[in-house]
Amino acid sequence: MRAKVVRPISDLARKDGLKIDTGQILMIISAVILFITVALPMVMIIYNVFFYKGTFDWRLFAEILTHPDNLMAMWNTIKIAFLVTVFGTITGLFFAWLIARSDIPLKGLMKSLFTIPYMFPPFIGAMAWGLLLAPRSGYINKLYMALTGGNQPLFNINSVAGIIFVELCYYFPFVFIQVASALERMDPTLEESARIAGAGQLTVIRKITLPLVVPAIAAGAMLILISTLSHFGVPAILGFSNNIFTLPTKIYELIYKSAGSFEGIRQGASLSILLVLVVVLALALQRRILRAGRYDIIRGKSMRPMLIKLRHFKIPMLLVCLLFIAVIVLLPLVIIFLVGFLKAYGLPLKLEYMTVKNYQHVLFISKMARDAMKNSVVLSISAAIITMFVGTMIAYVIVKINPKGKGILEVLGLLPYSIPGIVLAVGVILTWSGSFKINLYNTFWIILIAYIARYMAFSLKSASASLEQVHNSLEEAARSCGASHFESLLDITLPLIRPGMIAGFFLIFLPAMRELTTSILLYGPFTRTLGVAIYAIKEEGNMVQASALSGIAILIIILGEMALRLVTRERRGK
Amino acid sequence: MDVILKDVSKTFVTKTFGAVTAVNNVNLTIKAGECFSFLGPSGCGKTTTLRLIAGFEDLSAGEIWLGEQPFSIKAKNFYLPPEKRGLGMVFQAFAVWPHLNVFENVAFPLRIMKKEKSEIIDRVKAALKHTNLSGLEEKYPSELSGGQQQRIALARAIVTNPRVLLLDEPLSNLDPKLREIMRFEIKDLQRKFNFTIIYVTHDQAEAMALSDRMLVMDMGVIQQIDTPYNMYNNPSNKFVYGFLGLSNFLPVNVDGGKVYPKGANGLDLDCPIPGDFTEKEAILASRPNEIELLAEGGFPARIKNRIFLSDYIEYRVDIGQTEIRIQCCEDQGFAAGDPCGVKFNRLKWYSAKDEISEAEREQRKVI
Amino acid sequence: MADIKLENITVAYGEKTVIDDFSLQVRDGECFAILGPSPCGKTTVLRAIAGFVKPQRGEVWIGSNLVSSKEKRIFIPPEKRNVAVVFQDYAVWPHMTVEENVYYPLKKRKVSKGESKKLVQEALTQVRMDGYAKRLPYQLSGGQQQRVALARSLVASNDLILLDEPLCNLDANLREEMRFEIKRLQEKTGVTIIYVSHDQDVALSIANRMAVLDRHGRIRQLGEPEELFKNPVDSYVYRFLGLSNFIPVELVEGKLYVQDETERIPFPYPPPLHLNRKAFFAACRPMNIRLSREGNLKGRLKRVIFLGNIYEYRVQLGKYEIRVQQDAFSASRNGVFKEGEICALTLKDPRYYEDVEEVSS
Repeated sequence: MRAKVVRPISDLARKDGLKIDTGQILMIISAVILFITVALPMVMIIYNVFFYKGTFDWRLFAEILTHPDNLMAMWNTIKIAFLVTVFGTITGLFFAWLIARSDIPLKGLMKSLFTIPYMFPPFIGAMAWGLLLAPRSGYINKLYMALTGGNQPLFNINSVAGIIFVELCYYFPFVFIQVASALERMDPTLEESARIAGAGQLTVIRKITLPLVVPAIAAGAMLILISTLSHFGVPAILGFSNNIFTLPTKIYELIYKSAGSFEGIRQGASLSILLVLVVVLALALQRRILRAGRYDIIRGKSMRPMLIKLRHFKIPMLLVCLLFIAVIVLLPLVIIFLVGFLKAYGLPLKLEYMTVKNYQHVLFISKMARDAMKNSVVLSISAAIITMFVGTMIAYVIVKINPKGKGILEVLGLLPYSIPGIVLAVGVILTWSGSFKINLYNTFWIILIAYIARYMAFSLKSASASLEQVHNSLEEAARSCGASHFESLLDITLPLIRPGMIAGFFLIFLPAMRELTTSILLYGPFTRTLGVAIYAIKEEGNMVQASALSGIAILIIILGEMALRLVTRERRGK
Repeated sequence: MDVILKDVSKTFVTKTFGAVTAVNNVNLTIKAGECFSFLGPSGCGKTTTLRLIAGFEDLSAGEIWLGEQPFSIKAKNFYLPPEKRGLGMVFQAFAVWPHLNVFENVAFPLRIMKKEKSEIIDRVKAALKHTNLSGLEEKYPSELSGGQQQRIALARAIVTNPRVLLLDEPLSNLDPKLREIMRFEIKDLQRKFNFTIIYVTHDQAEAMALSDRMLVMDMGVIQQIDTPYNMYNNPSNKFVYGFLGLSNFLPVNVDGGKVYPKGANGLDLDCPIPGDFTEKEAILASRPNEIELLAEGGFPARIKNRIFLSDYIEYRVDIGQTEIRIQCCEDQGFAAGDPCGVKFNRLKWYSAKDEISEAEREQRKVI
Repeated sequence: MADIKLENITVAYGEKTVIDDFSLQVRDGECFAILGPSPCGKTTVLRAIAGFVKPQRGEVWIGSNLVSSKEKRIFIPPEKRNVAVVFQDYAVWPHMTVEENVYYPLKKRKVSKGESKKLVQEALTQVRMDGYAKRLPYQLSGGQQQRVALARSLVASNDLILLDEPLCNLDANLREEMRFEIKRLQEKTGVTIIYVSHDQDVALSIANRMAVLDRHGRIRQLGEPEELFKNPVDSYVYRFLGLSNFIPVELVEGKLYVQDETERIPFPYPPPLHLNRKAFFAACRPMNIRLSREGNLKGRLKRVIFLGNIYEYRVQLGKYEIRVQQDAFSASRNGVFKEGEICALTLKDPRYYEDVEEVSS
């Protein structure tokens, strides 16, 4: 078959070497974007803390560092983070093992149930627990006191222990997800060979299974540690009333108290440096632990692992799981929706005291609530779209073009992972309130910039992962079929990573919708976000409306989550 | 002690296919000290049979015994867990424990048995010596090559001096050269210690090189149990013939004591018809090296092409509608297009009736 | 029109020079194999022809077109070279159906719809995939995916197809089937094929000519496959192209002996005339050794292995183990030897080399 597709190619020859290298251009654009959004805020923090009116001055930093209130906050931060990590790891590990390695029923359902807390906004959870266990007004405490006839509450949620409990509920899935997936992908013959060597089931768990998932446990535990160190929402909701501060909430307080004055921001910035130091220390620890044992445990034929028979423990274990889910997911969810229906906070949860007025109010009447919803939706969608495209571009530069100096891009791109949101917000304020002749303070744009910086790492990671799946030869095959570099990108690479990009969109959209930490420092009179509005209404003491708005926020998040599942399922089909 | 399987069946219930019978009524006795291979295409049930013997799966029906000791008896609902069966096993993906060094990997079974420290050291050293791993005691598996990792697995399996050694495609993750070397090492170990070996593979050369006896399995059913030599030279059906080595299958019509290849314009193939063959159609099986090319005589044909393979010269000719491969050790001097005569030195006769379609095979496959 | 010429090309990745001053000419319409261990730069040669790497020095010509020359500042990008490539991992686009995959090169070259339809259909028939036009790649086996890649390359270029280890991900049976397919297509269409592989079997069976490369990317020998197999210029090529025995021998008073301190074993073949030294190696392939009861070179049979079509023997000759293979069917007629027996070896045409070079890394 001699087709007529032959073309003389000599006339197409053109001089080489004059062309500008597209790879280098993309590299420079990427580096500039990352520098402005990510690196500059950090540089500004350090500069403003140590330089005052153009001269080096470390006194502020020393003063902040030695102030007993701040030391107390640091101690609280470390204590809470450590205990949440320990208990969260144990909880996650226990349930992961139960679901991946025992014959407990309803596995599929339980796996999705256990990941729910992961998407639930923790500050709303903290509010819900406040409704249940606040010392005087919490419904459970009231019930308890009515039953016992005393005036001692069952549990005071406005305490360090309360904060630890609530954070634990939302952070244990980090370990659960890591360990469950490691156990599932682990080559079952590793365990079988121990069985055949004479080891019983318990010995196999102790000597083989556990040591092999240590890296997964460590990775999950470190995620908990770093997240709790920088966590703002829960201690802000539960701690302020009892003067319990952590570093993130202390930073907020310093700035808030000074009503956003430059001096207050400088103090917050100094404390930010302290917080970053703590996080960096934790990260260094993570590096060490992860390097110590990185095993390749996933290979070989895929076979079902032998499941351990729970026999008569089967039903009790199932009940434990379901009860746990009911307490940490269902209970807060139900109370938020119910309180949203109450005529006034404090009334008993009976139908006669119920009304739809609160929902009506926040949905149709309150301008603040409606603005907040609109702001959050617009901000989240814009941030998700911009970040998705920019992240994909940077990932393409890193993965496919592979230029010199791509290491800088990787470091800058993943930096926001380890920068606490509150610190990023301080940096963004310092950068965009006129320091460079641009003043975005109190505008929509400053929040957008902060979101983009905060979620760039998400997008970069998800885009890199999908690009790595696209083997170079797929593009090269298109080139040799007559497609230019750009055409091959358009026809082959983009369609192949599209599902990954859409998933990436939701991975940004969803957390942005429930964002509180950065927006609470950046919002202006007309730019409240959903999280800020809920927080503000709650601080006013209007618990019923705060609950109603929270319920609506949760519904939006659930819808987004369902859309994400739909997208990722389609991808798996291919 | 012999390994005895009586009427063993295994049925899996899967979400997509419903109940699938992976092993169907297998009866088998593997003699003590024998090296016995299970051979078959992927999904034929050979690995499942091995896992039933190891105790990783429970039977759906039947019994498994090691000599006088019962392993599984379905009728009595008796099942001995794998750790109590006293077997050694090597897996395809090595399954060496990455968190233990070579010494600890091999010492693991002995530690479980709570042996004396000095005994453990002696026996591990000996096992490592037999598997050519001496000096690597302190290394971790990730520092070693695939071949060395599989040697660790082998050392771990033999260190307890098990009654039966089970090997599940142990060499298929290794490159061809190493595969050949390891094949000899396994054979030498068996000769030295006189283990009973059960060896699962899809590689027929491996099975033939190693085994005293072997079986070929297809779709959960044993097709033939025999020595490698008999299996290759007297396959009991067309499936076994085709599975072991290169083969030509020539469909013919049989009429009035003569054999007519299909599509050959009524030319007859001058060959005897076995006395017990009474059907009108047959499949004649031959291997490429059992066919001769003649300048004169034989079944008339024309050379379609000539291919130089390092050890053979391969010719392709058409006999009626069927393309036949012929491999000659010596260069006969034929070139593409030359007329020639084809002489079959050995033919096996199979009924044309029991063909199984590809689609059916695909459906009955179990993973 | 598609003679391929590489003139003194050099390719380096960073500090590492992969091929240096490499020249090669492939004739129009031939099937040329580039053979070598991995890594040896053979894929780099292919990528230089395809346009995926820019040689730092030298020229690449496709027919009368200069497609790459650092000195003349010419570099034609891959899409304008009219060269089709088949990759080791198939590189069939997973989001397109079989038909769309094969249609893509025609679309890019703006061939009319009607014409394209015919060409796609033709190409799929050629590779026996015509019943699968609407399938997506994940519904196909590895072999079928490789056929689609082949069909796509047939449509993409009728001048030159480059194949980069296209069969090495397939299992043995499929590999054999596919190599005949490739050969058949090449004979039918007359397209020039350059085939890169580390597997000498495939190359021997399909190439008109081939080049054997060493680990430094140098061509050790170039010629027709049978010629290379029968007359390797050095021990490297000899070992690369098939199984081999290298027996150390020495020349004492005009006669050859097997090198052995304890025993004096005469090696009953005339000494080579081209080697000017006392000790060297005699090379012989296992299939070229005959076993018999009587003869001058005797050894003890250590092992007999029945592999179906062949018998493999290991014979102890002094302190060396010699590997012998016999066609099983002829052996069963001439008598099979048992382990422990003494037997005589007859070597067919032993060749002599000064050294034994390692082939694999």
